[in-house]
Amino acid sequence: MNWLMARVQALGGRVVDGVWRLGFAARFLALLLLYSGQSFRRLHLTIREIYFSGVLSLLIIVVSGLFVGMVLGLQGYETLQRFGSGDALGVLVALSLVRELGPVVAGLLFASRAGSAVTAEIGLMKVTEQLKAMDMMAVSPIARVVAPRFWGGVISMPLLAAIFSVMGVFGGWLIGVVVIGVDEGAFWSQMQAAVDFRYDVLNGVIKSVVFGFAVALIAVFEGYDCTPTAEGVSRAITRTVVSSALVILALDFILTSFMFRGGS
Amino acid sequence: MSRTTIDLWTGLFVLIGIAALFFLSLRVGSFSGGHFQDAYSVRAQFDNIGGLKVRAPVKSAGVVVGRVSEIRFNTDSYRAEVVFTIDRRYPFPRDTIASILTSGLLGEQYIGLDPGGDIEMLEDGEAVMITQSAVVLEKLIGQFMFDRAAEAPAN
Repeated sequence: MNWLMARVQALGGRVVDGVWRLGFAARFLALLLLYSGQSFRRLHLTIREIYFSGVLSLLIIVVSGLFVGMVLGLQGYETLQRFGSGDALGVLVALSLVRELGPVVAGLLFASRAGSAVTAEIGLMKVTEQLKAMDMMAVSPIARVVAPRFWGGVISMPLLAAIFSVMGVFGGWLIGVVVIGVDEGAFWSQMQAAVDFRYDVLNGVIKSVVFGFAVALIAVFEGYDCTPTAEGVSRAITRTVVSSALVILALDFILTSFMFRGGS
Repeated sequence: MSRTTIDLWTGLFVLIGIAALFFLSLRVGSFSGGHFQDAYSVRAQFDNIGGLKVRAPVKSAGVVVGRVSEIRFNTDSYRAEVVFTIDRRYPFPRDTIASILTSGLLGEQYIGLDPGGDIEMLEDGEAVMITQSAVVLEKLIGQFMFDRAAEAPAN
């Protein structure tokens, strides 16, 4: 009985703790947006963060985009040619990349490549009491450290997703047209006929913006909220990657069900 | 504050990203897909629209001239009412025939317009009077079987 009580208490404690953190995260977001104006006035800070989370993620995004596109080309052709419509390969590759794979896979890669780095950086600053020192000097750590990293992520993510999609289309073209020998004209023209700017491309971009917002917020929050020990920082990084992945996939489902209601 | 190499790389990155967005919207997708700058909408009633969907193309002589914008069920006539928009550049005569066709054997369905010889042109909001419904494969097969059954005793 005692054991059961302890279990229930632990569960309740975790729920309360979760709600507490959620409230803190909301307050944190409000503060972050409030201080964003201040950090935009010193734009070079944000540009630096775009460099660290965007430019340095370029390689992994380009290479994985290429491979994802090539796999889509191979697998898509394998299935499509059974129905004698291998020409529609361009449509399959472009639609799956622009609508889903581009934003989602780029978001997952971004969370593990850049989000974890941001969490580690802010967490370590907290451990070494740099954030407190800033506060003492009347420099708001949220304006100086957190907001630039947040906006760097928000700006980088849609660009990375677009680059991912383009590389994927290029990979699909490489396999479909160059290696397998699908007609080049049919590949592009069917793709252009099927992919709509507003319905497909714009919705994909909206998705990537939302994912960028979510991942950047999770990354800076976990760093800011971590327990200031070595173990705490490592835990925060793990939490960033895990909860970013979960949030991206859940948000993707919600957005998709709003955006693409089959047919109409 | 001086310019650094980081600024250069960041600028390059942003440029590449924007170029990728342009590539996606111009080369992969097409701007013209369903959004005409200047278009007029026309109604048509069909007995059966088959698998016609909103945003399906409206073609004349194989050229896309418009898009289906709305499909609803008319309770007065108990027929399907399809509203589609046509690019202003392509005026069609009043006695144009609208028919629902299928591209290929299993392809998507679209509306085909066969222009008539009327001098007056269709205006915004007007209705196409002569329509031809979608071919429903089950009905066609059924008809074929009945015809065969009717023929059989004679032989």
